[in-house]
Amino acid sequence: MRGMGIIVILFLGTLLIYCSFDFPIWGDPQSPAGSHVSSYYIEHTLEDTSVPNIVTSVLADYRGYDTMFETVVIFTAGISCILLLRTFKPIEPQTKLYRHISTGITLRIERGGKVPENTKEFERIDAGWIPYDLIVKTTCRLIIPFVQIFALYVIAHGHHSPGGGFQGGVIFGASVILFAISFDLRTAIRRMGERLAGFLCALGVFIYAGTGALCMFYDANYLDYSALSHILGVDPVSARSHGILVVEIGVAIAVMAVMVVLYYNLASAGKQDEGL
Amino acid sequence: MIWQIELVLLVMVTVCGISALAVKDLLSAAILFGAYSFMMCLLWAIMGAVDVAFTEASVGAGVTTVLFVAAVFRTTRRTEN
Amino acid sequence: MDAVLTVLISRINYWAYILLMMIGLYGVLIKKNYMKKIIGMNILQTAVILFYISIGAKKQATIPIIDHGHTLVHTTVQAARFINPLPHVLMLTAIVVAVATLGVALAIAIKIHQQYGTLEEDEILRRFDKDL
Repeated sequence: MRGMGIIVILFLGTLLIYCSFDFPIWGDPQSPAGSHVSSYYIEHTLEDTSVPNIVTSVLADYRGYDTMFETVVIFTAGISCILLLRTFKPIEPQTKLYRHISTGITLRIERGGKVPENTKEFERIDAGWIPYDLIVKTTCRLIIPFVQIFALYVIAHGHHSPGGGFQGGVIFGASVILFAISFDLRTAIRRMGERLAGFLCALGVFIYAGTGALCMFYDANYLDYSALSHILGVDPVSARSHGILVVEIGVAIAVMAVMVVLYYNLASAGKQDEGL
Repeated sequence: MIWQIELVLLVMVTVCGISALAVKDLLSAAILFGAYSFMMCLLWAIMGAVDVAFTEASVGAGVTTVLFVAAVFRTTRRTEN
Repeated sequence: MDAVLTVLISRINYWAYILLMMIGLYGVLIKKNYMKKIIGMNILQTAVILFYISIGAKKQATIPIIDHGHTLVHTTVQAARFINPLPHVLMLTAIVVAVATLGVALAIAIKIHQQYGTLEEDEILRRFDKDL
């Protein structure tokens, strides 16, 4: 079995190396990949959409259909993670650990025992025995708002600098994951719950597909943003630029919610009570 | 586009990739995979693909590593192979 | 002989990418642990993305963002000055799909571990045959 695998790999590698003699030389300006359609995109993006970042304008305007289905793919991944892992029958864990904050003593309560009610003096810790760390909590609490502002900056400046909806959405989701790691999974779920995350997943896809359908109301093609000039009151070129921004916001919301859902379900294996 | 930097980065990428598959501790494999993702991001930034490098930096060296560590935490950490 | 040697040397970067793809494929096929298989799958995906990005590179061309784009609306833009942006767009979608499949693959791996107690393939096959 192992030998067959190695033979397959060697055969495939040799075949690919044999095919590599037909590829264009590294950095050739006349290569067939860059001669036909992409020169149209580079030359006409400013006069069609007034967006200087060519990658964003191709991604969200010229090839907007692909990006819509990419958003649907990541939404499907979030949904399937929930369907695979999430268990809704709350099974009480065998032991729960509580820490007395002022003295640092840890209590271990078996199933059926009396749980300390005073949450100001006792906090519940995970079974992985996390030490009480003031530095990590305070530092993360200071950093997280700036990470979120940076994420919003990346989304908003996708027209002029590298960035866009997907990158900003991932950074925003990473800030929520940082909150869940540095504090506690239960605290993060209390702040941003499962229902809100699920709703935001669907809202992102709805914004994207809804913008396309809105363009159809004004007798234009699906996802033809120049039809939005009737609502916004600007010329069609600027309407395409604003349409790209609305669509990127949709992508960012969907991606952020899916990253949060993936972390919540993977870190707690579906039970959502104890995390990393 | 500077071929010396690309050569060094390609060598490091290959070393990271082979070692991520060869170590016996799965947590080390996850961290080495995060380093592999980051080296790939640098390689693409040198080739001029700034959007793709940004995406890979945020996705690969950020979220993917955390998801891997979370999955290793919930399953075994040791492997024989 | 010289011509053959020049052709060989000029294509050597593609051989590096093919080597990376084969490392990823080795991880998927031959490694027995499921986490290593997932890592191998991701190495294969990023190596393919690297291959596509390298096709879009152009000598003495700059990144595909038109500088001072919001002021110069009516000047002509030459296509040879910018790197080909089309592979970048396609590979952005590829990275998103890679993250999505990674999430689902890790969820399936956790479920398998909950069911069988291990992540080694031969151990799981032995218990599977015993159950049947």
